[in-house]
Amino acid sequence: MATITEECLRNIEAIIVNKKRILQRREDLFSYSFDASFGTHLPELVLQPISTDEVVGVVKLANLYKIPLYPRGRGTSLSGGPLPVNGGIVLDFSLWKDKLIIDPDDSIAVVSPGVLTADINAKANEFGFMYPPDPSSAHVSTIGGNLAENSGGPRGLKYGVTKDYVIGLEVVTPEGEIIRTGGRTIKNVTGYDLTKLIVGSEGTLGIITEAILKLIPKPIATKTALVLFDDLVDSGHAISRILSSGILPSKMEIMDQACIIAVEEYKPLGLPTDVEAILLIELDGHPYSIEEEMKKVKSTCLAVGAREVIVAENDEEANELWKARKLVSPAIVKIKPTKISEDATVPRSKIPDMFKKLKEIKETHDINLVVFGHAGDGNLHPNIIADQRDTEEMKRVELAVEEIFKAAIELGGTLSGEHGIGIMKSPFMEMELGTKGLEMMKRIKMAWDPNNILNPGKVFPEPGQRLVLHNG
Amino acid sequence: MDKQTILLDKLAYNETVNCVQCGYCLPSCPTYATFGKETHSPRGRINLVKMAAEGRISLDDLAGPMDVCLGCRACEPACPTNVQYGKILESAIDVLTEQRRRKQSLKEKAMKKLIFDYMIPNKNVLHFIGSGLQLYQTLKIDDFSRKIGFTNILPEPMRQFEKITPKVNVKKRKHSAIQPDTSPRFRIGFFVGCIMDTFFKRINDLSMKLLAAAGCEVVLIAEQTCCGALHHHSGEKEKAISLAKHNIEAFEKYQFDYVVNSIGGCGAAMVEYHLLFDEADRWYPRAELFSDKCKDISFILDQLELPFKMEIQKTVTYQPSCHLKNVQKVEKEPVRLIEKIPGISYIPHKNMNMCCGSAGIYNIVHFEESMEILNLKMENISKIKPEIIITTNPGCHLQMLLGVEREGLRDEIRAVHLVELLAEACDIS
Repeated sequence: MATITEECLRNIEAIIVNKKRILQRREDLFSYSFDASFGTHLPELVLQPISTDEVVGVVKLANLYKIPLYPRGRGTSLSGGPLPVNGGIVLDFSLWKDKLIIDPDDSIAVVSPGVLTADINAKANEFGFMYPPDPSSAHVSTIGGNLAENSGGPRGLKYGVTKDYVIGLEVVTPEGEIIRTGGRTIKNVTGYDLTKLIVGSEGTLGIITEAILKLIPKPIATKTALVLFDDLVDSGHAISRILSSGILPSKMEIMDQACIIAVEEYKPLGLPTDVEAILLIELDGHPYSIEEEMKKVKSTCLAVGAREVIVAENDEEANELWKARKLVSPAIVKIKPTKISEDATVPRSKIPDMFKKLKEIKETHDINLVVFGHAGDGNLHPNIIADQRDTEEMKRVELAVEEIFKAAIELGGTLSGEHGIGIMKSPFMEMELGTKGLEMMKRIKMAWDPNNILNPGKVFPEPGQRLVLHNG
Repeated sequence: MDKQTILLDKLAYNETVNCVQCGYCLPSCPTYATFGKETHSPRGRINLVKMAAEGRISLDDLAGPMDVCLGCRACEPACPTNVQYGKILESAIDVLTEQRRRKQSLKEKAMKKLIFDYMIPNKNVLHFIGSGLQLYQTLKIDDFSRKIGFTNILPEPMRQFEKITPKVNVKKRKHSAIQPDTSPRFRIGFFVGCIMDTFFKRINDLSMKLLAAAGCEVVLIAEQTCCGALHHHSGEKEKAISLAKHNIEAFEKYQFDYVVNSIGGCGAAMVEYHLLFDEADRWYPRAELFSDKCKDISFILDQLELPFKMEIQKTVTYQPSCHLKNVQKVEKEPVRLIEKIPGISYIPHKNMNMCCGSAGIYNIVHFEESMEILNLKMENISKIKPEIIITTNPGCHLQMLLGVEREGLRDEIRAVHLVELLAEACDIS
């Protein structure tokens, strides 16, 4: 592990002049030792940069002293993205939020890395636009973190994920140079698409210091339906039928029976606990067209065997319907406190097969597993509920998670739909990419970051690395 | 048991394990906004308590971040997994107070005893102090806080508080019950509080008159005492328990439908009286019964008809009491009452649910931190240019007066308790 010498610290103090943004007290270091995933990893120092110059200075210094740098937004990562696994310096970007400009003429937003994702959408709304990527943590998470992890959310089904809305970046390279990728135009085919390479690179290839985001017109209205299914397989059919009928809902969320029971035991909403699945479907667009589309959605669901379709007549009723989905998290942690949220994703047609696999895994390893996720795009979110103090149980959970990854890949899917690889999934990279595929990625990393300064220990597995789920 | 096992036992360790560290509490936390670092966020503090319980950091490492927590508990409604932050905070404060007590001199112990055992719960003493002097100065909280390790305070905060401290009315009340004109809807025991009844006695009087005007029988019992909230939040749990028992016993003797108060903070302490006891304790069910009956005045008035007589053509905003909203879960009632006032134009301000920085005696012992939070609050309030700021707790009321004073808006903005405005609209004085 590198150590930050007195001399190095003096140099840092010359770059970040305000000492309030240099954190070295023990309680501060412990406060940046975790994110929303697992593990406690102490940094040696935390810096809170608020300008490109400061970042350039720190990165150059880190190369000189060979100190690992760990960029971090607000630490909502579920894959361990910002964890300082090799010590070094955590760069906390949460204070850098001075720029949030909406340019309606170019339909773009220009933002600093620490701006909250939800604030971008809210500001865009004022101009009649929207910024579609909607991770459920959007009101907490920074755009910088979203860009690094290529985050998505329920609206991913219709609108795609973060990468689909980034058209330009300012990046500080791992050796401390400033580059600009892309620009302010929707069309841009000049050279390699470095914008897309940086987005989702999890802070291993560069530090994003500014982003230009594409905005789209905000739909006028939304309409929500809650559909009950006696048979889980029927819900899978309903999803496929709706999506092949010329309708593209903005959201299609599923809750399995275990979730429904947990919610009813926690705060009874009057949901029937004998159904195997609930689908929540949201349409957006012009009020007339979604009215018509909703009729079609209803008849399609009933035709494949839905027990009941409840359509909200207004926004208030829609909020009531979404309440069920919102209560899942607090309800399931009543069972046990530790929640392992996975985001392995399968092709839409394989959703019923994935459900079958998950059931087998649940029984084989005797674990609490519930499914509530973005059904429309195959991003199912199996959640395992356990108690991290129970080491024997956590071992079983680790095995189950491995099998979930295997199942997803065997069904033609992927390890991660929206949470990123970090340290949680790196041991499984080769399984999905193959030796050569992974090696090509590593070559890119080595070419960009010869001193292995930026976010070392992430994405690529260390030899013999396995999944570990505890906070030791 | 060794020292670490004792610590593991005393700190609410199991509650900390329930935190999944998702960070959804961050936007709700006033100190996260002003300090701008994870160390002063709810998630950060929960993690630090956990680390202290596991022996990975010392109590000295823990002290700073816990001390500057407002205890507003806005993080609780924000939490998607229902982590009991209040319990975690209290356990940490108890452990830290215990540690400091061991280091205190006899003189310091005597001073603390004087303040918490004799002054705050004793209305005569408070009245005596209130009549001639400024409470905060006289309580020597500055001396006391310095000695027990709180941040030093300078003469500046005292000067600022002096400007806004209301005139104190020490006249004793003549009445002990008010009857409504018709047969009573509810029989109510009224709780006056100690600081409230010293600085805002008029609001208590108006509260009782309003309740009567809305058709309630209101009884003022002499046996009541301080709610114990300030003691509890300062780690004086034993004293808090003894005050709780006193109140429970006092009100039990009467057949009240409700025990009503107009003090967000005291009300919050009382609705959680049962949590001061183990579930097996014989006091637990008695406390629970009492807690169920304790209601904020807005909860009662919201169910009744108020005889409005005057129009109030003013633009107003509401600064919710954190403990009223986050602990008593009374959120919509005050707003509904405000909107019922004839002629009123109610505009919510941005981040209205964020604490104003008053937080019990926080604005005294952590003056600078509190003023940073107040600045954020006043920035959002000033934007909507209200003529009146409505509050539901004396601490918030004083803080809003201070905010208005500091912004130089004394001539433009009034700060009032909800009860005062309702009384004005009902022509009750």
